[in-house]
Amino acid sequence: MSELEYRKVDSIHGALMFLKGVEDVALGDRVQIRGKDGRRRNGQVIRTSRDVVLVQVFEGTDNLDLENTWVRFLDQPFELSLSPDMLGRNFNGIGAPRDDRPPIVSSLRRNVNGSPVNPAARAYPREFIQTGISTIDGLNSLVRGQKLPVFSGSGLPHNRLAAQIVRQARLPGDSSNFVIVFAAMGVSYSDARFFEQEFESSGVLRNVVMFINLANDPPMERLILPRTALTAAEYLAYDLDHHVLVVITDMTNYAEALREVATEKGDVPSRKGYPGYLYSDLAEIYERAGRLRDRHGSITMIPILSMPSDDITHPIPDLSGYITEGQIVLSRELHGKAVYPPVNVPPSLSRLMKDGVGKDDTRADHPRVASQLYASYTRALDARNLASIIGAEELSDRDRRYLDFADRFEADFVRQGADEERNIIETLDLAWELLSLLPPGELSRVSEDDLHKYHSWEEH
Amino acid sequence: MGKVLEVNGPIVTIQQPGIRNGEQVKIGRMNLIGEVIHIRAEDALVQVYESTESLRPGERVEGLGHPLTVELGPGLLGQIFDGVQRPLDKIMQLSGEHISRGLEVSALDRERVWHYVPAPGIVVGNRLNGGQVLGTVRETETIEHRVLAPPGCKGEIIEHAPEGDYNIEEIIVRLRLDHGPVESLMMYHNWPVRQPRPYRSRAKSGLPLITGQRILDTFFPMLKGGKAAVPGPFGAGKTIVQQQIARWANADIVLYVGCGERGNELVEILQTFPELTDPYSGRSLMERTFLVANTSNMPVVAREASIYVGVTMAEYYRDQGYDVVMVADSTSRWAEALREVAGRLGQMPVEEGYPAYLASRLAAFYERAGNVDTLAGAQGSVSLIGAVSPPGGDFSEPVTSHTKEIIRTFWALSKPLADARHYPAVSWLESFTDYSERAAEWWSENVSPQWSLRRQQALSLLAEADELERIVNLVGPEALSSSQRWVLESSGLIKEAVLQQSALDPVDSYCSPDKQFQLLDLVLQYHQAGTELIDLGVPVEQLTETAFGGEIKRLKSTVSNDDLSPLQDYSDKIRQSFDLMRAEYHNHRGAAS
Repeated sequence: MSELEYRKVDSIHGALMFLKGVEDVALGDRVQIRGKDGRRRNGQVIRTSRDVVLVQVFEGTDNLDLENTWVRFLDQPFELSLSPDMLGRNFNGIGAPRDDRPPIVSSLRRNVNGSPVNPAARAYPREFIQTGISTIDGLNSLVRGQKLPVFSGSGLPHNRLAAQIVRQARLPGDSSNFVIVFAAMGVSYSDARFFEQEFESSGVLRNVVMFINLANDPPMERLILPRTALTAAEYLAYDLDHHVLVVITDMTNYAEALREVATEKGDVPSRKGYPGYLYSDLAEIYERAGRLRDRHGSITMIPILSMPSDDITHPIPDLSGYITEGQIVLSRELHGKAVYPPVNVPPSLSRLMKDGVGKDDTRADHPRVASQLYASYTRALDARNLASIIGAEELSDRDRRYLDFADRFEADFVRQGADEERNIIETLDLAWELLSLLPPGELSRVSEDDLHKYHSWEEH
Repeated sequence: MGKVLEVNGPIVTIQQPGIRNGEQVKIGRMNLIGEVIHIRAEDALVQVYESTESLRPGERVEGLGHPLTVELGPGLLGQIFDGVQRPLDKIMQLSGEHISRGLEVSALDRERVWHYVPAPGIVVGNRLNGGQVLGTVRETETIEHRVLAPPGCKGEIIEHAPEGDYNIEEIIVRLRLDHGPVESLMMYHNWPVRQPRPYRSRAKSGLPLITGQRILDTFFPMLKGGKAAVPGPFGAGKTIVQQQIARWANADIVLYVGCGERGNELVEILQTFPELTDPYSGRSLMERTFLVANTSNMPVVAREASIYVGVTMAEYYRDQGYDVVMVADSTSRWAEALREVAGRLGQMPVEEGYPAYLASRLAAFYERAGNVDTLAGAQGSVSLIGAVSPPGGDFSEPVTSHTKEIIRTFWALSKPLADARHYPAVSWLESFTDYSERAAEWWSENVSPQWSLRRQQALSLLAEADELERIVNLVGPEALSSSQRWVLESSGLIKEAVLQQSALDPVDSYCSPDKQFQLLDLVLQYHQAGTELIDLGVPVEQLTETAFGGEIKRLKSTVSNDDLSPLQDYSDKIRQSFDLMRAEYHNHRGAAS
C-alpha cells in the first residue's frame, strides 16, 4: 500500500478522529491532517479495522470539521531524522525545529518507539558519577546508565537541582563530558528558559539537544515527545559513542496526557482514572536508559516528576518508583527551613549504588557510612518526634545527642550551595565529622576499622 | 488461511474458521505469534506476544494447530529465556541488541551433543510408562538430567539406543504403544504450559527451605514445596530478598522469573551468579539456575505467558526428582497483564479494573507448587515464591489480598524499616507462616531442641517492645520501669544483631542454621541474664553502659559459618561479666545493710 488521502471524517471526539471506509491502514502509522484553515497537523493510527480507523491528533482537533478535513495516511510509522547536527538545536515533540533553523535532513531515520533492548545485551551499570551533591553522591549514588528520577512537588527547586546535576556530573578522573538531551513536556516558558540559560551560561549549549513542549502547546504531543527525545539519545549514545544524560520533565504532564486519551478511547480505568497500562507505558520510556555490552556510549536518565499533592503513593510516582532504579525525593519541610537541596533522605534510594561505590570506585568505607547515616538519621528523626511531644529537656542524653546530630546533618550535609561542588572524599569526610557526634557504640553499621580510621570521639 | 480484521493494541481480531481456543496463530507478514483467547461465531480474538505496530487489517493469519508449549529436555539450565521460551542470547545473535519481531528460535540447542546413559530398566520387551526415566545426561557439573518419557505414553520397548553421544533430536527409544502405533522418543518433549504436569500423588510437606536469611528461616520458615509471597512497596527490597533466596536456598534447581521488572536486575543475576559459589555443591551458582525474562518494556501479553512457561519448566525438573524453587518477580505485573487484556476485551472490571477471574487464576497458579511422588517414583517439589507490588504499598489492594488467602508464608516488607536501611525489611508484625510446626521438627532434630522456645521468646519480646515504644511516644521513656527499658534494649539488639542481615557482606550474606540459632540464643541469654540482675535491683544504666550491646551487633559479620566457637566464647564472657556484676552488687548491698 502507498500513501492514501481521504476527505471524509466520520466523527471527532476530543483529540481522536474516527474514519470509516478507509482501506487497510497499519497500526501506529503516521497521519497528516489539514483542515479548512490550511494548518497541517500530525496524528497516529491507534486502532485499525476494515470498518473504522481511529487517529489520535497531536495538535488537537479544534477548528476541524467533518466535511473539509483532508487526512493523509503516510504508510510509515513515526520516525525521527538523525544527524550530529541535532546538537545545539531545539525541536518540538515530533522532531520539527522550534528554532527558526532548517529541519534535520538525513538518510538515517528511526522509529521513535524503538524496540525493546534484549536483557542479554545489557551491561550492568556500575561506574560512579560524581554530581558534587552530598545527598546524592554520599547516600544515593548515581551510576552511568541508571534511571534515577527526582520526585518533587509544585514550588520545590527540582529544576535548580537538575540543572546543578547537569552542570557538575562527571566521572572522577574522566574529562569527557556528558552530552545532554533535554525533554520538556508541558512546562512553563520560564522553566524552559531557565534551563536554556543554564546550558548557555555553563557553556554546554552546543552539547545539548532540546525537545520542548510548553504548557500552552498541544498536550497530545507530550505522548510522543519523550520517545522522540530518547530516539535522539540512543543515536547519540550508541551510534556516536557519547555518554548521554537525559533530563525529562515533567513526567506528570505526560501521564495526564495519556489519561486524557485513554478516557476518550473508553479504556477501563484502574487507579485515579489512569489506564491499566500506565505501568507498561512508563516502562517503555524509562527502560530506554542503560548501557549495552558492546557499545561505548550510555544513557543516564533523570526524569523529574511532581507528585500531585506531594503524595508519593499517587499512581505516577508509585509506578515510576517500581520501574526506575531508585528515586531522589524532595521535601517541602526542608524547603521551608531554607535547606537547598531539600532532599528528603529516608525515602530516597539508589538501587544501583551498591556496585558503583566502595574500595575500587570511591572509598572502602562508603557503603557502610551511607548505611550508618541512614540508620542514625532515622533514629534521630524518632528522637525529634519524641522531643516534640515530651519536650527536649525530658530526653535522655543519648536522644539529645541524636537531636543535635539531626540538626547538624540537615544544616551541614544536606544543605549546600547551588554552585557548591563537593567531591566524594569531601562528602565522606563531612559524614564522619557528623558521625563523630555519636558514640562508637551507636554506630553498628560501620566496621571497627572504619571507627579507628575516621571516627573522632571524645567523651563529653 | 485466515485474515486480520482489526488491530487494537495487543489484541487482534481475526477471521479463521475452525480455529480452536488456546491455539497458537502466526499473524501477518511479520510472523507475529499469538494465542486465541476468545471465539465468536464470525471471528476470534488473539492476544499477540509481540508488538502489533505496523500490522494492518487484511494480513494473513495461520493457525499452528497447538497451544503454547515449551520444550523440555537437557540444556535449559544456565539459560535466559524470554516470556515464550526463546533463548535471549540466540535472539541476540539473530537481531542484535534490540529484540526484533517474528523471530523463530527453539528453546533447546539442536546441535549440542549430550552423553546419554540409558537407565537400567530400558530393555527391549520391557514396559514403559509416561514420566519414567529413559536415561541420564550430565546437564551441568552439579545436575544430572534425567530424560523422561512424555507423560501419557504407555507401551512396550521395541528398540533403544546404547550409551553414547546424541543430540536431542536423535531417537533414543522406540516403543509400541498399547493401542498399536509405534512412537519414537527423543531426549526432549513438548508440554502445554497451561496444563499442570501430572504426578503420581501429593506427598506430605517437605523439609524447611533454608535460605540462609535469619528473619526468613528462623522467624517465618517456609517448606520445600510451599508457597510464599513477598509483598512490599517500591524500594522496600523485594528484589534483594528474592535474589538472596535464589542465591542461597538449599534447592537443587532455582528458576528466576523476571516478570515485568527491570532489565538491569536480570543482568545483575547473569553477571554475578556465575561468579558465586553454591554453598551446597561448591560449584558455580549458575549451574543450577535458569531465568525467564519479560522485562517491563517487553510486550505485555508475553508477560502473562511467562509465569506459566516458568512453572512448567519447574515442574519438569520436579518430575526428575529435584527440589525446585521458582521465584517470580513480580506477580502484580502478571495480574496487570491480565487486567490489560481483559480491559481490551471489554470484560466487566470488578476491583480496581481487575477481571473477576483474578483470584481463581492466582489460586490455580500457586496450586502448581507442591511436594509430590513423581510418575517415575521419586520425590520432587516445586516451591513458589511470588513478589507482589501493591500500588502505594497498600496491602488491601486486590492482588495482595487474594494472594494472602492462597499462600502459606507471607513475608511482608515494610517501608519504615527500609527507610532506616534495616534490611531485609521483613516486618515481624505483619508477616506470618503456617509452616512453623513442621519446621520446628527439623530444627529441633538438626539444630537445637530449644529452637521453638527461642523463636517464640524472641517474637514475644519484639511484640512487647512495639507496645512499649508506643507508650514512650506518648509519655516519654521516663514512664517505663527498669525491666521495661531492658526489654526495649534487648529487642533493639534482636533487630540489629539478628534480624538485620546485609546481602552485601560476604560473611553475613548467607547464615547457616547453626549460626542463626546460636546468634539468637546468645542475644536471649544476654537478655535473661540482664533481667535477673535488674530484678535484683541493679540499675538498667549499669547494663546498657557496657560495651556488650555494640559488640553483639557486630558478631554476625565477624563470626563465620565455618567456626562458631567465638559465639560460645563470647557468651561465656558475658556470663562472667554479669556474674561479677551480681557479686559486686551483693557485696555492695551487703555492706550497705
